[in-house]
Amino acid sequence: MNYLDLIQILDSSIRLATPLLFACLAGLFSERAGVFDIGLEGKILISAFFSAAVAALTGSVWLGLLAGIASSMVFSMIHGLASITFRGDQLISGVAINFLAAGMTVLIAQDWFSQGGRTPQLSGGARFSPIELPFAEALSGVPFIGPLYADALSGHTILVYVGLLTVPLTWYVLFRTRFGLRLRAVGENPGAVDTAGVNVVRLRYAAVAICGVLCGLSGSFLATGLAASFTQNMSAGRGYIALAALIFAKWRPWYALGACLLFGLLQAISNRYSSIDLVLFEIPNAFVLALPYILTVVILAGFVGKAVPPRAGGQPYVKER
Amino acid sequence: MTAPAIELKGISKSFGPVQANKDIAIRVMPGTIHGIIGENGAGKSTLMSILYGFYKADTGEIFIRGERTEIPDSQAAIRAGIGMVFQHFKLVQNFTVLENIVLGAEDGALLKGSLSKARTLLKQLSEEYELHVDPDAKIEDLGVGMQQRVEILKALYRRADILILDEPTGVLTPAEADHLFRILEGLKREGKTIILITHKLREIMETTDTVSVMRRGEMTATVKTAETTPQELAELMVGREVLLRVDKQAATPGETVLNVENLQVVDGSGVERLRGISLNVKRGEILGICGVAGNGQSELLEVLGGMRPGKGRVTVNGQELDLTGAESDARTRRRRGIAHVPEDRQEEGLIMDFFAWENVAFGYHDDARYQRGAMMNNDAIREDAEAKIAKFDVRPANCWLKAKNFSGGNQQKIVIARELERNPDLLLVGQPTRGVDIGAIEFIHEQIVALRDAGKAVLLVSVELDEILSLSDRIAVIFDGRIMGERLPSETDERELGLLMAGITDTDKDHSVDEIEENLAHATGKAG
Amino acid sequence: MDKLPKWADVALIPLINLILALIVSGLVVALIGQDPFEALAIMVNGAVGSTYGWGYTLFYATNFIFTGLAVAIAFHARLFNIGGEGQAQLGSLGVALVCLMVPWPHWLIALPVAILGGGLFGAAWAAIPAYLQATRGSHIVITTIMFNFIASALLVYLLVSALKAPGMAPESARFVEGSHLPTAREVLGAIGIDFARTPMNVSFIVALLACWGLWLLLWRTRLGYEIRAFGHSDKAAVYAGINPVRITMITMLISGALAGLMAINAVMGEQERLLQDNVLGAGFVGIAVALMGRSHPVGVFIAAVLFGALYQGGAELEFETSIPREMIVVIQALVILFTGALDGMVRSPLEKAFLRFRRQPDKPGVPAE
Repeated sequence: MNYLDLIQILDSSIRLATPLLFACLAGLFSERAGVFDIGLEGKILISAFFSAAVAALTGSVWLGLLAGIASSMVFSMIHGLASITFRGDQLISGVAINFLAAGMTVLIAQDWFSQGGRTPQLSGGARFSPIELPFAEALSGVPFIGPLYADALSGHTILVYVGLLTVPLTWYVLFRTRFGLRLRAVGENPGAVDTAGVNVVRLRYAAVAICGVLCGLSGSFLATGLAASFTQNMSAGRGYIALAALIFAKWRPWYALGACLLFGLLQAISNRYSSIDLVLFEIPNAFVLALPYILTVVILAGFVGKAVPPRAGGQPYVKER
Repeated sequence: MTAPAIELKGISKSFGPVQANKDIAIRVMPGTIHGIIGENGAGKSTLMSILYGFYKADTGEIFIRGERTEIPDSQAAIRAGIGMVFQHFKLVQNFTVLENIVLGAEDGALLKGSLSKARTLLKQLSEEYELHVDPDAKIEDLGVGMQQRVEILKALYRRADILILDEPTGVLTPAEADHLFRILEGLKREGKTIILITHKLREIMETTDTVSVMRRGEMTATVKTAETTPQELAELMVGREVLLRVDKQAATPGETVLNVENLQVVDGSGVERLRGISLNVKRGEILGICGVAGNGQSELLEVLGGMRPGKGRVTVNGQELDLTGAESDARTRRRRGIAHVPEDRQEEGLIMDFFAWENVAFGYHDDARYQRGAMMNNDAIREDAEAKIAKFDVRPANCWLKAKNFSGGNQQKIVIARELERNPDLLLVGQPTRGVDIGAIEFIHEQIVALRDAGKAVLLVSVELDEILSLSDRIAVIFDGRIMGERLPSETDERELGLLMAGITDTDKDHSVDEIEENLAHATGKAG
Repeated sequence: MDKLPKWADVALIPLINLILALIVSGLVVALIGQDPFEALAIMVNGAVGSTYGWGYTLFYATNFIFTGLAVAIAFHARLFNIGGEGQAQLGSLGVALVCLMVPWPHWLIALPVAILGGGLFGAAWAAIPAYLQATRGSHIVITTIMFNFIASALLVYLLVSALKAPGMAPESARFVEGSHLPTAREVLGAIGIDFARTPMNVSFIVALLACWGLWLLLWRTRLGYEIRAFGHSDKAAVYAGINPVRITMITMLISGALAGLMAINAVMGEQERLLQDNVLGAGFVGIAVALMGRSHPVGVFIAAVLFGALYQGGAELEFETSIPREMIVVIQALVILFTGALDGMVRSPLEKAFLRFRRQPDKPGVPAE
C-alpha cells in the first residue's frame, strides 16, 4: 500500500463516516436529553427513501433533502409521542420505528416507482455534487500535504462539510448556551428541570426534533451523496453503528467525530479489500464485513467500561407517585 | 389587618382511588414560620406540591397575598414568589452549584453572561443569609447539608419570599438542623414566610409560630405553637392517645452472637465505605447504630446480610462468615441464622409486583418446606403466609393481594413477619419504621423488643435518633465508615450523639456549626 | 387494589392495541391506493379459509412460538433480547450439523438430537452477550443486535466454504432421508383426515410442549421464581440471595435455546437443507409476539398464531394484489408500536374509565381495600 492508496482510503473514510456522524450526533442530542433512541436506523432509512424519491421526482436534490428531513422528523415525533407523552418503553418504540421504516419504504417505493422497492437512479441536479475546497488545485502539487488536502479533504459533497461543522456547533450549543444547559440537565435529572420552572416535555421534544433533523441529513446523504438511488434496507445497520460510536464517544461531540471516523475507516478498508490476503492465511470476506460489529462488541465489553450514560436516560419522566 | 401570605380554600386532590387531600383550608401570615405536621401519607407533601404547581388540585382555590392565583406549573409558583426545597433534592449531580442555581432562571440565551451575573448575586445572598457555598463545586462532591443550602439559595435567587421546606432535617445531624433553623429565623426576620413540613414534633415545638395538623388527607387543626403541647399534637396526628416511649425491661445480655473485627468495604467505584469497623452484639441485646445517612451504616447491614463483599473477620456464634467467596451470599447467611429486615422494603425487602404469599417466601424460597419434588409447593407457601399474616395482623388479611397494594406499615409487617418468624439468632434491621404509620410503629417496636427478650441478638440501624435512643440497649455512632464511639442510652443525650455523628469525639468542648459542617462535607463528599 | 381488572389487562388492552394497529395498517393500504377491506378479506381467507391456509399459518406460528417464548422469558428477567434472529441462525447451524453428520435411521431419534443441537447453538450465541451484560454491564440490546449481524456473516461464510454443496447456490447438501419430520398431511393422512400439502410438521407439537414447559418453569419452579424476582428488582434479588450473574446467564441461555429451536421447524421440518437466510425475520416477530402475549406462554401462543395468519395472509396478498410482502413488516411494526410503546395511550384512559365505573358502588358499608 502506498501513500496514494492511503489518501484514497482516507477520502472514502470521511465519506463513509459522514452518515454515521450525523446519526451519532442525532443520538447525542436525544440521549443527552434522556431519550434513548435505537430508532436511528429507521429514521436514516426513511429519510434516504424520501430524499431519493423526491429528488428523482422533482430533479432537485434540495427538495429531496427537505423531504428526507421532514420524513425523519415525523418518525422522531412518533418516538417522542411514545416515549415522552405516553411514557412508553423507549427501546421498544425504537424497534417499532426501525421496522416501520423497513416496511414503509419498500411499500411506497413499489407504489410510486414499481421497480422492486427501489427508486430510479439519480443524476445531475438530483444528486449532490462535489465541492472543490479553495486552493485545492494549487496545493495538489505540494508533496505530502498536497494530496491529503486536495484528494482526501477536498472534493466531497456539501453535506460532508456540514457534518464536520455540526461537531463544533453541537459542542457550542450543548456547553455554551442556555438551551444546552437545560438539555443536559433534563437528561440527568428531569425533576430538577421541572421544579426550576422549565417544561420537561417541551425540552425533550426539542431534543428529539433535532435528532430527527440530523437523522434526516444522514439518510439524505446516504441516498443522494454516497449512493445514487434508494435501495431496499440501504441503511444496512448504520444506525446501530452510530449508536455504538455514541457509546464509544461517551456522549461527547468531539469524541463522536473520532469514533465515527474510526468506523468509517473500518468500512473503507473492508470495502477496498474484500478479502485480506495475509501470507499464511486469508481473512475471509465475511469476517471483514462483520468486523465493525465485532469491534463494537469488543468496545462495549472492554474499553467503554466506565462510560456513564445520562442518568435519567431511558426513563420516562413521571412526577413522584 | 394584612392579607395572609398564603391562603388555601377547599383544596382536594385524588390519585386514582386514593384521596390525598380532602377539602383543605389553611392561612399562613407573612413573616411567620408555619409548621405542617402529620404522619407519613397524611397528605402534607401533596398539599405543598399543589402550592408549588407540581401537582394540580382537583378543586379549590389558592390566594397569594390576598390575590387569587392559578398555579398550573412550577413556573407560575416561582413567579408568585414561592420557592420549595424538596425532601429529595432536585439538583443535577454533575453540574456545579452555579449551574444548578442558574438553571431555569438564566438571563439570555448564552450562558456566559448569566453565569457571571449569577455569581455576583449569589455572593450577595450568601453573605446576607450566611449561606456559604463554593459556586464552582460540583453537587456530587458536596455533603447533603451543603446541597440543602444550594436548594435554599436556588429559591432565594428566584426571589422567593415564601419558602416551603419538605422534611428538611431528615438527612441532617442535630447540629446541622439547629443551624438550618437559625437560617430560617434569619429569613423570617427579613420578612419571608416559611412553611415547614415535618413529622418531628420537636422541630415544630422549637421553631414554628403556628402549626397545622394533617391526618389522612384532612386538616384536623391549626393552633398557635405556644398554646399546644407535643402530646396534644401527637393525638391530633394519630387520632388517639399514643405512647411516645417504648415500654421495655432492662436488657440481660448473654454470650456474644455477632462479632465484627476490622470490617472494611470498598464499593463498586472504589470508594471506601467502611474503614475498619469493630463491634459485637450479644444475646438478649439490641445494639443501635446511629449516624447521618450515607456514613456506611447501609453498607454495614448489606455486608452482614450477604448483599455485598467485604474484608475483615466476622463471626456469628463463633463461626466465621465468608465475606467474599462463594458462601458470601444472602442465602447462606439465612442458613446461618441471620435474618435481615432491609432499609428499603420497596426496592429490596419485597417484590412489589408479587402477591403477599409469594413475598412471604422471598429469600427463603429454597426452604425444604416450600418444595415438592422439583417444583415449588405453592400450597404450603400460601398456608404459611396466611398464618403469618394473621399473626402479625397484616391488613387487609389477603395473601392474594400484591405487595404494592398494601400500605407502608403493612408492607413492613409482611417483611417483619417473614424475618422474625424464622426465629433467627441474629436480626439485622434497617430503618424499621421509615414511612410507617404510628400505630404500626408501636407494633413493630414491640416485636423487635420481644425478639430481644427471647434471647436473640439485634443489630438496629436507624437515622431516627429518637428510635435509636428508645430501642437500643447500647448505641454505636458511625461516621465516615468508622465507629466513633459507643454509649449507653442512659448515659448520653442527643447533643453528644449529634457531635459524634459529625465525627467530633471530644464532645465535652463546644464546637461551631461551621466546624461540624466542614467535617461532614469532607466525609460525605468523599463517600458520596 | 390494581387499577384494572385482570381481564382488561390481559385481554382488553392487547385487543384494543391490535385493532388500532390494524386500523392504521388499513389506512396505509388505502394510501397506496388499494381497498383495505378487500385486502383484509384476502388475508383472512388465505390464512384460515382452507387446510392449506391453516397449514401455513400454523407452520409460521410454530416459528413465532419459539422466538416469542425466547423474548418472553428474557422479558421476565427484564432483559431485552433483540438477538433472536442471530440465535435462530446459529440454531439452524446446529440443527443442520446434526442432520448432516449422522445417517439417521428414523426421525424419532433424529429429532431429540436436533433439538439438542439447535438449542445448544442458539444458547451459545446468547451466552456472550449475556455474560457481557452480567459481568461488564455492556448493554444487551446493543450487543445482541451486533451478534445478529455477526451470525449472518458467519453463516454466509460457512455456506460458501465448509458447508457448501456442489452447485452454484450457497446452500448445504440436503439432509438425510431419516431426518425428515412428518408433516401434518402425513400425520393426519394416517388417521384418514385429508390435509393440504404444507410445511406444517410435528415441530408444532414441540412448540406447544415448549409453551407448557415455560409456564411450568416460570410459575412452578424455584428458578422461575428467581427469574421473575430478579426481573422486578435486581437489588431485591441480591437481598434474597439470588445471584444476578447466574440468573442473567441462565435466562439468556434458555432464551437463546428457544430461539435456536425454531430451526427444527424451519430448517429440519421445511427446507431440509441449510440456506443463507433461513430465519426470515422470525426473530424480530418474536418481539411483537411476546409484547402482545404479555410474555405469558398462553398469550405468546395466541399472538404467534395471529402472526402466523398474518404472514400467510400477507403472502396471499402479494399473489392476488400488487401489495408487496413488506406490508407484513408494517403491520408488525405497528403492533409493536401500539402494544409495546404506545400502551399508555390506551391504558391510562381505560384506567380512568374503570375507576369512575367502580367508584359508584363504593358507598359506605362496602369496605374499600
